Amino acid sequence: MTQQSGTALEGLQGASADWSADKQSFTVPWGKAMMWIFLLSDTFIFSCFLTGYMNVRMSTTEKWPDPSHVFALQVGGVDVPLLLIAIMTFVLITSSGTMALAVNFGYRRDRKKTALLMFATALLGVTFVSMQAFEWTKLIVEEGIRPWGNPMGAAQFGSVFFMITGFHGLHVTGGVIYLGIVAKRVLNGFYDRKGTYETVEVAGLYWHFVDLVWVFIFAFFYLW
Amino acid sequence: MDHQANPPGAAAHSEGVQHPLRIYLWIWVLLFVLSTFSYFTDFIERGPLRWSLIITFMLLKAGFIVAIFMHMAWERLALKLAILLPPLALLVLIALMAIEGDYTFLTRLASFVQ
Repeated sequence: MTQQSGTALEGLQGASADWSADKQSFTVPWGKAMMWIFLLSDTFIFSCFLTGYMNVRMSTTEKWPDPSHVFALQVGGVDVPLLLIAIMTFVLITSSGTMALAVNFGYRRDRKKTALLMFATALLGVTFVSMQAFEWTKLIVEEGIRPWGNPMGAAQFGSVFFMITGFHGLHVTGGVIYLGIVAKRVLNGFYDRKGTYETVEVAGLYWHFVDLVWVFIFAFFYLW
Repeated sequence: MDHQANPPGAAAHSEGVQHPLRIYLWIWVLLFVLSTFSYFTDFIERGPLRWSLIITFMLLKAGFIVAIFMHMAWERLALKLAILLPPLALLVLIALMAIEGDYTFLTRLASFVQ
């Protein structure tokens, strides 16, 4: 009885029925609920990093290096601020778009298009990480930025930068491997035999989250 | 229409949801535009205008990603509340660390800076 009324009710009444009835609270596949809960915990990790960054940036008496200059690229003799970071942002958004389409084609049971879009997403992820590796190399070798100090100002800049972008880069790298595995299974018909493509959506959630975290890193670390 | 292969119960709800491609393409374009806007905030001088624009574009982008790309808009309220409410606790952490950072800054000024 409660099962029926729980799934039928909407809004707050529905939420309270979902939570209080003697049944599963979330009417989604368990993989999706677990991924959301993992992403919630990851939100707290990244938020702790960003809050720690806010704290050290507020408390230093030295000048904070200006990211628009640190991350500028020379194009035809002119310094364009944050150019590489802007391109990285667009690459990641593009990958989010291809992933969203992959999920959609997954639910249409279009194996080829789903796998193709997922491989495209992974490829864009590889592009992002490669650009990040280039950026790190430039900062370490040319600008002399270290986790314990740098020539431009507050010493904490380096540690915050390497920790936050490094942790995000690891997430992207993990996501590329994850997407590769799921895409391979899409291609060989694993999810057709399983009867559901929800794994593609779950992988998509992870990938969109990586993009989401970058939105906050871009705003608070690079632009602020 | 697409319910034939679904197991009964849990999966039926989410797998039945099919959205036209159009909405994803629109959100995609919108995210590009918003990213361009947030990139251009870098040319505004640091101050309340720049910071409020950064926050506005950031929240809009985050909102569209979570609501449309991550399908949160179509989930039931029970899941929405479970995932979206807990991060609000972070506001307390941010406020505490801001107070702490301010205090550390003032202490450093008083003790270490001539």
